[in-house]
Amino acid sequence: MIRALSIAIPIAGLFALLGACGGAPRSVQHFAASAYPAHLSDWGVIGVADDRLALSAGFLPYDLNTPLFSDYAHKLRAVWLPTGTHASFSADGVFDFPVGTIISKTFYYPRASAPEGALLRNEDSSGDFSGEGLDLRKVRLIETRLLVRQESGWDALAYVWDAAQQDATLEVAGDIKPLDLVSADGTVHPLNYVVPTRNECANCHATDHASGKIHPIGLAARHLNKTYEHYADGAAPQLQRWAERGYLDHSETVATANALWRAGADDDIESRARSYLDVNCGHCHNPRGAADTSGLFLNAGETSARRLGVCKPPIAAGRGTGGRHVSVMPGRPDESILIYRVGDTDPGIMMPELGRSTVHEEGVALLRRWVESLPGVCA
Amino acid sequence: MRMSGKFVAACAVLGVIGGCGQQQTATPSASPADYEKTLRMQLETAKSGDVITIPEGTFPMTRSLVLSASGVTIKGAGMDKSVLSFKGQIAGAEGLLVNASNFIIEDVAIEDTKGDALKVNDGSNIVIRRVRTEWTGGPSTQNGAYGIYPVMTQNTLVEGSVAIGASDAGIYVGQSQNVVIRSSRAEFNVAGIEIENTIGADVHDNVATNNTGGILVFNMPDLKQPGHNTRLFNNQVVGNNTKNFGAEGSAVASVPAGSGVVVNSNDNVEIFDNTIGGNNTANVLISSYFSVTYSGERKLADTFDPYPEGIFIYGNTFSKGGGAPDRPALQTLRQAMFGADGNLPDIVWDGIVNNDKFVEGRLPTALSICVDNGAADIVNVDNANKNANPKIDTAAHRCQLEKLPAVVLPESSATS
Repeated sequence: MIRALSIAIPIAGLFALLGACGGAPRSVQHFAASAYPAHLSDWGVIGVADDRLALSAGFLPYDLNTPLFSDYAHKLRAVWLPTGTHASFSADGVFDFPVGTIISKTFYYPRASAPEGALLRNEDSSGDFSGEGLDLRKVRLIETRLLVRQESGWDALAYVWDAAQQDATLEVAGDIKPLDLVSADGTVHPLNYVVPTRNECANCHATDHASGKIHPIGLAARHLNKTYEHYADGAAPQLQRWAERGYLDHSETVATANALWRAGADDDIESRARSYLDVNCGHCHNPRGAADTSGLFLNAGETSARRLGVCKPPIAAGRGTGGRHVSVMPGRPDESILIYRVGDTDPGIMMPELGRSTVHEEGVALLRRWVESLPGVCA
Repeated sequence: MRMSGKFVAACAVLGVIGGCGQQQTATPSASPADYEKTLRMQLETAKSGDVITIPEGTFPMTRSLVLSASGVTIKGAGMDKSVLSFKGQIAGAEGLLVNASNFIIEDVAIEDTKGDALKVNDGSNIVIRRVRTEWTGGPSTQNGAYGIYPVMTQNTLVEGSVAIGASDAGIYVGQSQNVVIRSSRAEFNVAGIEIENTIGADVHDNVATNNTGGILVFNMPDLKQPGHNTRLFNNQVVGNNTKNFGAEGSAVASVPAGSGVVVNSNDNVEIFDNTIGGNNTANVLISSYFSVTYSGERKLADTFDPYPEGIFIYGNTFSKGGGAPDRPALQTLRQAMFGADGNLPDIVWDGIVNNDKFVEGRLPTALSICVDNGAADIVNVDNANKNANPKIDTAAHRCQLEKLPAVVLPESSATS
């Protein structure tokens, strides 16, 4: 049943904190596409003060059942809607957001105690927070990406944080940041962290490739339908909180939910793997995405085993085959092209093509278990 | 005076007009090391009507270049003068990725990319003129897959271009409509020129030599669009005998070294007035999907037509090929039928036909392989029965098909 909500008008902007460039967040500002500011602080989206990254008032933090892997970066996501507006709920797709919406995603790593300047390679963000923001004594900010809803559609902007962690600068042409990540066993993993260019943002976010239009990816019910742990007042179900806040026009009591990908989750391997494939691959590998050229569709809605790669030969994989003959060979991860490509870091081989330069070992392990679990043989 | 990168960025982002005209030109004094960011900014902020000029020089690139704006022209000083070198590439699956229409690129070289060199995905009215894509270390499985790679395009012209060293196809047009590839050269690739799942392609006046296979016309399953209507004419397809260096599992890895023209599973292919010779497996190979060793995959999607139908071969000048086939079964067959020093006929066919389409015991002419090429013979190697009953089958294939219409590109593309 659908219930209408008309409560809790967003109060963003009322708590405009004054501050110089790079200080605590001010009120949210809007800019024409021709006049995007060079500094993130000018947006009033987030700000830095007292060793803390704080979201501007009215920004609602969120996370996803299964996130996109981005070289083990942790992410602080938040969304802001203009006063009196709301997004339109969709059971299947991304919510429809009003003009003026700003979505922010800040990529950061927890700091390692040693070696000097190194960062931690883990996926536990529980210690990162200070209120709804981040404790900058514990984490190092890398970049903040904004999706801004203009009249003409969404624009994607990437701001790269300075060494002093005071402000971030717009980089239309992207950036490459060499980082050292330290895993739990003390191994140091050097990494070229790639900040996407504006056009590269579209490589993933133009989920309907022919249109070229950018859309959010994670802001769909199946990704958001979960409890968020780090609201100022504690944990709460996200969709319910969105509805209470007036950010959604209604909330379905029963919405689909993608599985949590992580080991230890209750969901079965199939659900976890499909959730992982959906968010990591489905933005291109869908019937309208950039990878529709491959005939391999890994989005959540796909039901054909063949289109999911089972016993399917590659089309234009080139050396991405790794000498293997089909995308997914049931029961045999080492004979599956999909496993080869997610497990490599050569730009000419790896999948996804963008957004990582390390292997997501835990993710690959999940996909291997999925392939192992698949019955049958290729005739 | 040289503009700093920061100024260029601010200029484009803030839309300040002064100093940022519509016509973007390369900075003459750009040092090779700084040029990557300059070019990237031009591509990232490009608008319809922009002409981005690449100066003379060799410019190292560390990551893919991406163009998303339609109506942009990229123009270099010559395919041997303006070189984008991706030898040090650390990110991105292409050299230049174009997600746009009304795109022209001329007089540029793209070298040593980790993946594909020039990919144009999902655009209309594409012109690729005098562009060279090359892996400079020669044939290697470690080379990127495709050189010039328009896919899902409409109205595409590739002319005067050169593709060397691709570990899949040098010039590959996939899932497109209305394509002309002319006056280009493909050398030392696994597949020289490949037309795949494409409707309406004219491939003419090209040179394909020293590839594993010269010119391929393929259909693959699982795609939205089966291809048909390809004309190959006035090409030189000679001496394509380079050992197959494609990655196992890729479709072209199944192409025997020494293949001149290969038609696989595709329909309505007209091969005429070409010079084809010295291809040691066969000057022309015609096969169904069943004969290609896409190992592990024999079950076909229900909607896929695996048979080559409506193939018309005439007026070609053949010279000796088929003397040393790169398949043991064909080698044995050659010796048994033609003697130790003999050659396979110019046209080698797997002999697999779709019995469901027989009318009065045979395929209708329109679905047949027609050979009307003087003394050139066609041999049916009877792949369906493990080559048990191979035979010269020229008489049965002496027929003619209605000629295919020429591909007509819009004015804007066709004029050089």
